[in-house]
Amino acid sequence: MSEILVKNGYVYDPKNGVNGDVMDIAIRDDKIVDAVSPTAKVIDASGKVVMAGGIDIHAHIAGPKVNVGRNMRPEDKLFNTSKRGKMTRSGGGFSVPSVFETGYVYSRMGYTQANEAAMPPLLARHTHEEMADTPLIDQSAYTLLGNNWLVMEYIKRGEKDKLNAFVAWMLHATKGYCVKLVNPGGSEAWGWGMNCVNISDPVPYFDVMPSEIISGLAEANEALNLPTSIHLHANNLGHPGNYQTTLDSIKLLEGVLPRDGKIRDQVINFAHMQFHSYGGTTWKDFETEAQPIADSINKNKNMTVDVGFVTLDETTTMTADGPMEYYLHNTNHLKWANADIELETAAGVVPYIYSPKISVCGIQWAIGLELALLIDDPMQAFITTDHPNAGPFRRYPRIISWLMSNQARLDRLETLHKVVPDRVAIGGISRVFDFYDIAKMTRAGPARALGLGDMKGHLGVGADADVAIYNYNPKTMDPTTDPAGIEKTFKNTAYTIKGGDIVVIDGEVVSKGNKRTIWVDATNGSMDPAVLDDIEKKFVRFYSVTMNNYPVQDEYVARGLVVKPEVA
Amino acid sequence: MQQGRKVSRRMTSSDPVLTANLITGRTIEQGVAIEGWKDKQEYIDAAGFVHIDPSDFKTLNVWPGSSVLVKSEYGEVVVRAIKSPYGPHPGIVFIPMGPWANQVVNPDTTTTGMPSFKGIMVTITPAPGKKVLGAIELIKMTTQGGVEV
Amino acid sequence: MRTATDVVCPFCGTLCDDIEVDVDDAEKICATRNACIIGDNKFMTAQAPDRHLHPRIRRGGELVESTMDEAINKAAEILVNAKHPLLYGWSSTHCEAQEAGMALAEGVGGTMDNTSVCCHGPSVLAIHTVGISSCTLGEIINRADIVLYWGCNPVNAHPRHMSRYSLYKRGFFTERGKSDRTEIVIDVRRTETAQKADIFLQPEQGRDYELMNALRVAFRGGPLPESVAGIPRAEIEKVAQMLKDGRFGILFFGMGLTMTRGKHRNIDIAISLTADLNTYTKFLIMAMRGHYNVAGADQVSLWECGFPYAVDFARGFPRYNPGESSATDILARKEADAALIIAADPGAHFPIDMVRTLASIPMIAIDPHVTPTTEIASVHIPSAIVGIEDAGSAYRMDNVPIRMRKVVEPPEGVLTDQEIIERIHRRVMELQGLEVPEVTAVKEPAEALAPSAFDDILQRAT
Repeated sequence: MSEILVKNGYVYDPKNGVNGDVMDIAIRDDKIVDAVSPTAKVIDASGKVVMAGGIDIHAHIAGPKVNVGRNMRPEDKLFNTSKRGKMTRSGGGFSVPSVFETGYVYSRMGYTQANEAAMPPLLARHTHEEMADTPLIDQSAYTLLGNNWLVMEYIKRGEKDKLNAFVAWMLHATKGYCVKLVNPGGSEAWGWGMNCVNISDPVPYFDVMPSEIISGLAEANEALNLPTSIHLHANNLGHPGNYQTTLDSIKLLEGVLPRDGKIRDQVINFAHMQFHSYGGTTWKDFETEAQPIADSINKNKNMTVDVGFVTLDETTTMTADGPMEYYLHNTNHLKWANADIELETAAGVVPYIYSPKISVCGIQWAIGLELALLIDDPMQAFITTDHPNAGPFRRYPRIISWLMSNQARLDRLETLHKVVPDRVAIGGISRVFDFYDIAKMTRAGPARALGLGDMKGHLGVGADADVAIYNYNPKTMDPTTDPAGIEKTFKNTAYTIKGGDIVVIDGEVVSKGNKRTIWVDATNGSMDPAVLDDIEKKFVRFYSVTMNNYPVQDEYVARGLVVKPEVA
Repeated sequence: MQQGRKVSRRMTSSDPVLTANLITGRTIEQGVAIEGWKDKQEYIDAAGFVHIDPSDFKTLNVWPGSSVLVKSEYGEVVVRAIKSPYGPHPGIVFIPMGPWANQVVNPDTTTTGMPSFKGIMVTITPAPGKKVLGAIELIKMTTQGGVEV
Repeated sequence: MRTATDVVCPFCGTLCDDIEVDVDDAEKICATRNACIIGDNKFMTAQAPDRHLHPRIRRGGELVESTMDEAINKAAEILVNAKHPLLYGWSSTHCEAQEAGMALAEGVGGTMDNTSVCCHGPSVLAIHTVGISSCTLGEIINRADIVLYWGCNPVNAHPRHMSRYSLYKRGFFTERGKSDRTEIVIDVRRTETAQKADIFLQPEQGRDYELMNALRVAFRGGPLPESVAGIPRAEIEKVAQMLKDGRFGILFFGMGLTMTRGKHRNIDIAISLTADLNTYTKFLIMAMRGHYNVAGADQVSLWECGFPYAVDFARGFPRYNPGESSATDILARKEADAALIIAADPGAHFPIDMVRTLASIPMIAIDPHVTPTTEIASVHIPSAIVGIEDAGSAYRMDNVPIRMRKVVEPPEGVLTDQEIIERIHRRVMELQGLEVPEVTAVKEPAEALAPSAFDDILQRAT
């Protein structure tokens, strides 16, 4: 038994309504408890900010396309390699770090969980191998189902029970955590070099519409009572004027409620909404449309977004949205990688330089911030950069500094291309977030959206002992005038505790940690034989591996944590 | 080649010489032989030969299956000469990847890491009476043979 | 007798996973089904009576049998005493062993390199330059109507590739199999692959770059000379049109491009050529990877340190510079002062000049069989054969990961690659005065019926 007492910190714990009160947090083994014995190890947190461990709801940090990014960009490591240390392995990469580096950087920022946002089912084993090798942080991976042939066939034929059973089978087979849709229908169309730009564009041959795929999978998701909602990377990402497509997608699930409102409030999480809030008709008259999107989210409490802030860095874009990456390659003419996955999905990777000197990049930067600031409830909008698409996750501290200081934003705006202020609204938004809001956007919010609200993202009794302690005294220091101080604070914790184990002290990794892989088993131990028959037919005739060699074996989730949803 | 025609066994300046462009690569027999047969005759049979275009065979004036000496700027090796079933490819000869080919390939990687396993200028001459060595014998003979620690 | 099904063949990058292996009551492998002649041979020779089962150490000019502890200790001493050890091979073993190897290489400050260096290393260099537009093999099964093999010979090197994935297999949008596809082969010899092709072009050796350049000009309707690389203009224009007219095309390439003059530049332009074609149709490209898990060696190295092969840990952080930090160049410059060779046979497959260096430095060879490398080693440790006697991950040529199955137990006393590497590493840490962590590796039993992770549910349902 190990015990820790975090004493006298300014605690920010939105789930339990604690807003900067001075409190002690007691830890026994891997859980937060009421009280500990006098022999507990004491961490003096006086004059420091204490929060639950951070949770990244959407990042590309493990798996096949991430490795494609690493392979394609040796230059990403040029000035960014780190030596091995007593507790740490060497590694490197700025926008696409190696797995060890990923674990260390997250932990140093006070994050204790990060979720891989797109796992191609056929290559799930690869994602799990990387996650098992990523130290310190808990992880889960989102199973890509929005372009799956059987999903589209069941939806087309209206076979809802079969779709439910198939979704459960896929989550189990891939040891995945959620139903992820990326450019639904569009990535299948990309198999022929085509796309579904709008949600009413039928998928070639399969003849279903993206809108039907979104609604169909959302319904299956609720029928199975999965811990989190569907996560949608909507159609038409990254194109001027795409906010209309986004509004159309939002409308699809208006008024639909989650099956179990106790676990979560949303039926859909819109991923990287910044990329979907674009106005104008071409890149020449490109402008923000964050306002109508934010209005729509404010109206629909059954939806959440992760923002996907542009950080104005050189980065590596990677997504299962194959046609979008080809489009991007034809826009910036940098190297292009593509990886189509049989019967399931696609992927593309293209480097991208968000240059502050280019008007489009500056407008994108503003749109992300506007969205976050215009959405009333921070429990609906989460901090992400869609790592590494809009910027690397290691920039979260900088994003927090922008969100906490209007002055920081105005200063940055001034350095951007001269047309930017006219095309954006950020200059007129004076709202700033405090630590309580930030804790919502990085802890309580993502935890609840993931259906892990009881276990993660808070500091109440019974929660996982994931704690971040930051060197910042909110009583004597002012975040609104000190963006550099905020960035420094959130970059390196004083302490990061993960599962009751102190993993970081003063920005130094001091442990090998106790990471876990979280996945969902919604099969309820049985399976419709007719569905198994359908699956088997696909394997015998169209897959390049046998059905028995397809599911991810238990060896890959040796340190797994299974969530089994209850179905009444 | 005419039946009964006598081939000189003595090497003289007038002996036939074939100048050719050597490529190396995999064959299915070589693939079989590298799993557990590398110390056996099967490996010699599978990779200790050179495929020569039938038209070039005439220049060389040897029986199919007889030993020839393949020489390049980088080394030399005795292998069996075989008529290529993949012709016509005059001027090109092929030795399966393996220790025999590697006696004569160009080790220059031109700073890419990859030696030049294809496109090496070689001369081929008859080597009557010369034996094609086994893989391990060949490596031991052409290197120091390993060090003791 | 029992039959193991869904067995994954541990030979080439085709990584067939439908092999059935019969094992008799004495635990001897007695037959295989579905495998090609190479795969069948690999299973059937695995338990050959003359297989070497004992570690050997060079003494008095000969390799003399030793105990496992002696061999492990000697191997660790060699690595610890070296200034710049080379750890090379890794392609015929699973990812778990490769991960152990990465940790060892970092621990001894050595250079970690895999056989990519002499197969598709140039392709990797090209990917650094221009990326790569590719797919999994099932996409080709279901969609491809133009199949172009350039400088590769699957009939010999990947025997089941054409029947399982690329040519004969009937897919969803290619219901008639071969009849729905056009096969184009470009090679300097009329190989067995070429003999059956619908179109065969035989360019002059070493002029592939020029021919590809000509095709790119032809796509755009630009002017061409009478002939390029020995191929008449009309032929080039005809093939260019065919490539553009396809619904879904795929270019497979092999050593014919990577080993030929131009090397990575040949791949660079091959990838650019396929990228061009996406203006007109869907066209992708794939490297025909050789060893069954060379792709996995790249993948593991990438996720652990960010670089695919030829990684030098001498300075405590990964440094990558193929041409300098590649095994071939290190040996050519006689820079390594010790080597650990595992799951590859550079003794047979490196130019003799480099083998001479290997034979003149303390060298540890880990290989189930006797090879030219083991016979010039200072220490030889025979290992279990992955995919037959040990389970673990491998990556197919299209980077699809499949778990290799364990069909039979390894011979008494023979350790797996992973165990050998981990034991050497632990001994190295002892010699370095470091704290040695607890053992975590778990040994898995051989699978009787090759059950999958999902069998419990499958059974309950039926």
